[in-house]
Amino acid sequence: MSTDVVDMITVIVDGFEISVPKGTLVIRAAEKLGIQIPRFCDHPLLDPVGACRQCLVDIEINGRAFPKPQASCTIPVEPGMIVKTQLTSPVAEKAQKGVMELLLINHPLDCPVCDKGGECPLQNQAMSTGRTESRFEGTKRTFEKPINISSQVLLDRERCVLCARCTRFSDQIAGDPFITLNERGALQQVGIYEKQPFESYFSGNVVQICPVGALTGASYRFHARPFDLVSTPSACEHCAAGCSMRTDVRRGKTLRRLAGDDTDVNEEWNCDKGRWAFKYVTAADRITQPMVRDASGELQVASWPEALAAAAAGLQDKRAAVLVGGRVTLEDAYGYSKFARVALGTNDIDFRSRITSDEERDFLASTVVDSAPSYRDIDRADSILLVGFEPEEESPIVFLRINRQVRKRSLKVTTIGTKLSIGAEKLKANFVCVAPGTEAQAVAAQELTDKSIILVGERASESAGTLSAVVALAQKSGAKLAWIPRRAGERGALNAGAIGNLLPGGRPVTDAAARVDVAAAWGVDSLPAAVGRSSSEIFAAVNTGTLDALVIGGIDPVDADKSHEAISAIKKAFVVSLEIRESAVTKLADVVLPVAAITEKSGTFVNWEGRGRNFEAAVVESLNRSDVRILTMISEKLGRSIALPTVSSAAKEFASLGKWDGAVSAFVPVAPANAPTLGATDALLTSWRRLLDAGSLQDGEENLAGTARQTVIVISPSRAQSIGVVTGDAVRVSNSHGAIVLPVLVEAGAIHDDAVWMPRNSRGSHILATLAVANGAVVTVVKD
Amino acid sequence: MSENMNNEVEPTRRDLGLEAVTSKPVVNDGPASFTTQLLGFWVTFRTMFKKVNTVSYPEVKEPTAPRFHGRHQLNRHPDGLEKCIGCELCAWACPADAIYVEGESNTEEHRMSPGERFGKVYQINYLRCIFCGLCIEACPTRALTMTNEYELADDSRSKLIFEKEDLLAPLRQGMLAPPHAMYPGMDDSNYYKGDVLGFHPSQETSSEVKHD
Ligand code: SF4
Ligand code: SF4
Ligand code: SF4
Ligand code: SF4
Ligand code: FES
Repeated sequence: MSTDVVDMITVIVDGFEISVPKGTLVIRAAEKLGIQIPRFCDHPLLDPVGACRQCLVDIEINGRAFPKPQASCTIPVEPGMIVKTQLTSPVAEKAQKGVMELLLINHPLDCPVCDKGGECPLQNQAMSTGRTESRFEGTKRTFEKPINISSQVLLDRERCVLCARCTRFSDQIAGDPFITLNERGALQQVGIYEKQPFESYFSGNVVQICPVGALTGASYRFHARPFDLVSTPSACEHCAAGCSMRTDVRRGKTLRRLAGDDTDVNEEWNCDKGRWAFKYVTAADRITQPMVRDASGELQVASWPEALAAAAAGLQDKRAAVLVGGRVTLEDAYGYSKFARVALGTNDIDFRSRITSDEERDFLASTVVDSAPSYRDIDRADSILLVGFEPEEESPIVFLRINRQVRKRSLKVTTIGTKLSIGAEKLKANFVCVAPGTEAQAVAAQELTDKSIILVGERASESAGTLSAVVALAQKSGAKLAWIPRRAGERGALNAGAIGNLLPGGRPVTDAAARVDVAAAWGVDSLPAAVGRSSSEIFAAVNTGTLDALVIGGIDPVDADKSHEAISAIKKAFVVSLEIRESAVTKLADVVLPVAAITEKSGTFVNWEGRGRNFEAAVVESLNRSDVRILTMISEKLGRSIALPTVSSAAKEFASLGKWDGAVSAFVPVAPANAPTLGATDALLTSWRRLLDAGSLQDGEENLAGTARQTVIVISPSRAQSIGVVTGDAVRVSNSHGAIVLPVLVEAGAIHDDAVWMPRNSRGSHILATLAVANGAVVTVVKD
Repeated sequence: MSENMNNEVEPTRRDLGLEAVTSKPVVNDGPASFTTQLLGFWVTFRTMFKKVNTVSYPEVKEPTAPRFHGRHQLNRHPDGLEKCIGCELCAWACPADAIYVEGESNTEEHRMSPGERFGKVYQINYLRCIFCGLCIEACPTRALTMTNEYELADDSRSKLIFEKEDLLAPLRQGMLAPPHAMYPGMDDSNYYKGDVLGFHPSQETSSEVKHD
């Protein structure tokens, strides 16, 4: 909380006195006393509108009463106010009953086929505030129903009580004003702007806040009633924003996920990916039994002892490395980290399964691991600089947080990027357009103050020198610096030391005292002292024969450039794969061990702030176990146990290690690379992943995929002219590895003349798999 | 409580008059006489000519009372579409937690009931059901009623969980097995108002009919 002194105002509600800060609405003052005033449109995070009139109360100020009952959700408290709710004022009670009766006149009362039935504020308040019998004998207004607002959200206009929560959310919070209230009077209805589809990344929130069943989600529609569901508070595994969530499970199957309530992080919102992408957990290709590759090269189902013995035999006395993946929990990452050092005796471990650099690794060790930026810093910042980071696509809740400040106080946002994004436009960002590879110079040119905050994304590592420029800018200006990776597990894995240059708790590998510290805690004589290899070095080392074996968590070999090297390394090495589903790795692995998916295990994600988001298992019946448990079993077979048999033992041990209090390693700046020379049809490729794309955690959710943005190639008007295309034409982007043909979007001022942008992993645009590069590389762009 | 424990209460002694009863020792004077025995068999004999109240079940079966609560039935509309909309209100009402329902959306290609929603999974667990009939009261579409069938014994637990197929009413004349389209020109409210009286030939050939 801020330390500002707030004026308190004392009011009397139903005879009870309460002091609340100035500006508090009457309805909320009553809530503090535990007095529930019925309401529909009121929502604490949306501006008041007074649309539904359900919250009428009698108000008197200094002895002067309002002539009529007033909407308590629009009136702030004032000194000397006496409020009488339905509990003490017959007038207020009668007014509320009247409003309820009017609301129900046009309501279809089709609760049996309505998803909201059983958890519906209208049902509940009709019971508490309504009449038992209807006096209405006319014909109810009907609409055709349902209509698809998007492939994911359905609207039953008859059920709408015109509270405007959905339209206010879209307008005030998400910044996608795609739904509006059309017409007036009895015909008033929620509608969509024609021609513009409701393509919001946050549309699920309107389903959650609609106080009736007017807006429902296509995926959950008709599937359950609230009394069927067992709800477990959980955390989102999709990005590093760290949303708190609720997982609703019926008979061992997740049926829906809702945004949890956490004022410090996601408030009450989440994004559609977090809400709807959970079917991968029950995908048909889930691995349920251990498998071992037999002499003929086929994977065969094996018993756990067999599989563990095979894994141990393949790793024993070998030069092995560990690739963790960015989706692990803190506890699992700690397990991998300890496994590499204790069981395999190596620092060759990396959680970054993407395009990385050593500059980034230094940056993480020197600047990120002990930093603790927060959402509040965004709230307080005087300006925000985004570098290699698209909040709407890569960390949607960070986007909402910035958007709120932009709306509230016109917060200045600057984005240094290779393409102007839809999100940046919504944030009214000052777009500094750069060619891929030249970010560093643009960063150096920025002016910030010590109240600013720099949000740098994981893609900054794709352009040499960018992170160095960011560090220099932060030092020069005193601005706060936050690194926001895309995946939910990366920050936790960094803290857990699942990287070659750090031990758990941010202890530098090269610091002898740090090694002694950890070795003592782990009960081993010593720890390897050399800085470990990074993921690309690990693959290269396998290919040159200096490494023999790999222990691989949840990674996709095509997430990094030079994916052919990664795949040939996985083919060559002895690979133990810990996976939830069949993947490119399990297809080549020698031993495949099934692990628990997020809903089946407990654990902690650490979000970009460094804030722990722990969660319990939602599907308790599952027999799958967390990675850390399986690693412990392998390490026991190897004779060098990491002794972390449960998630909680890992959490406890990690907590007892604490943070490093010694010196952190210094950051060594890196100079930007020279720009390559370009021929007439050459361009520098640039890309990022969209929130809704072909990611494997979104598999099986067609309704969600339907709201993904269009897959296009973006070029500047001058390039379009030189290759003779206009928006909509097919354009071919190719290099020596392959080619992609997609419709082109020509946008003025949105992209550098030297660059071509396309989504990194959308349907029809799997550029890492096809072109083997993703950013800064030279490609040929021609008309198809 | 504590008060009672502290104040010792004298048990009330009530005179039950037991002392006054004069008891006589039982004397066993050998087997009963033939006449006494005959007298005993007379009761049995006489009963043979009385009207019997029992029937020799299972050979003979008596009809139950008309409103006897027996096995449930899931009814159909006159054209064969199912009445159940999978709303789960029956499951909700059930005090014994005997009903399990999963709803699903009707589509153009696959329509099981009028309107938007149908019951995809419907189970009643007769090991739990207490035949109270609250589910029947809860059902908004009159899909669920009870028959008079009471022969519900079986030799395994799983056989006593009745599935939707076991509970669905048989197809009577004028009915067409779903999935198929709604009666042409009618919508779900017509079905509820009773406007549909049987199937229409076009429903038979509608794209929604399963051909197999
Ligand atoms: S659709 Fe729901 S949230 Fe939107 S105005 Fe209607 S009742 Fe309110
Ligand atoms: S914003 Fe991120 S953490 Fe939140 S629901 Fe979406 S993917 Fe999950
Ligand atoms: S009759 Fe009673 S106990 Fe049996 S299923 Fe219906 S509600 Fe449940
Ligand atoms: S039987 Fe009736 S109450 Fe039960 S799910 Fe079907 S329609 Fe609803
Ligand atoms: S809640 Fe106050 S007017 Fe709707």
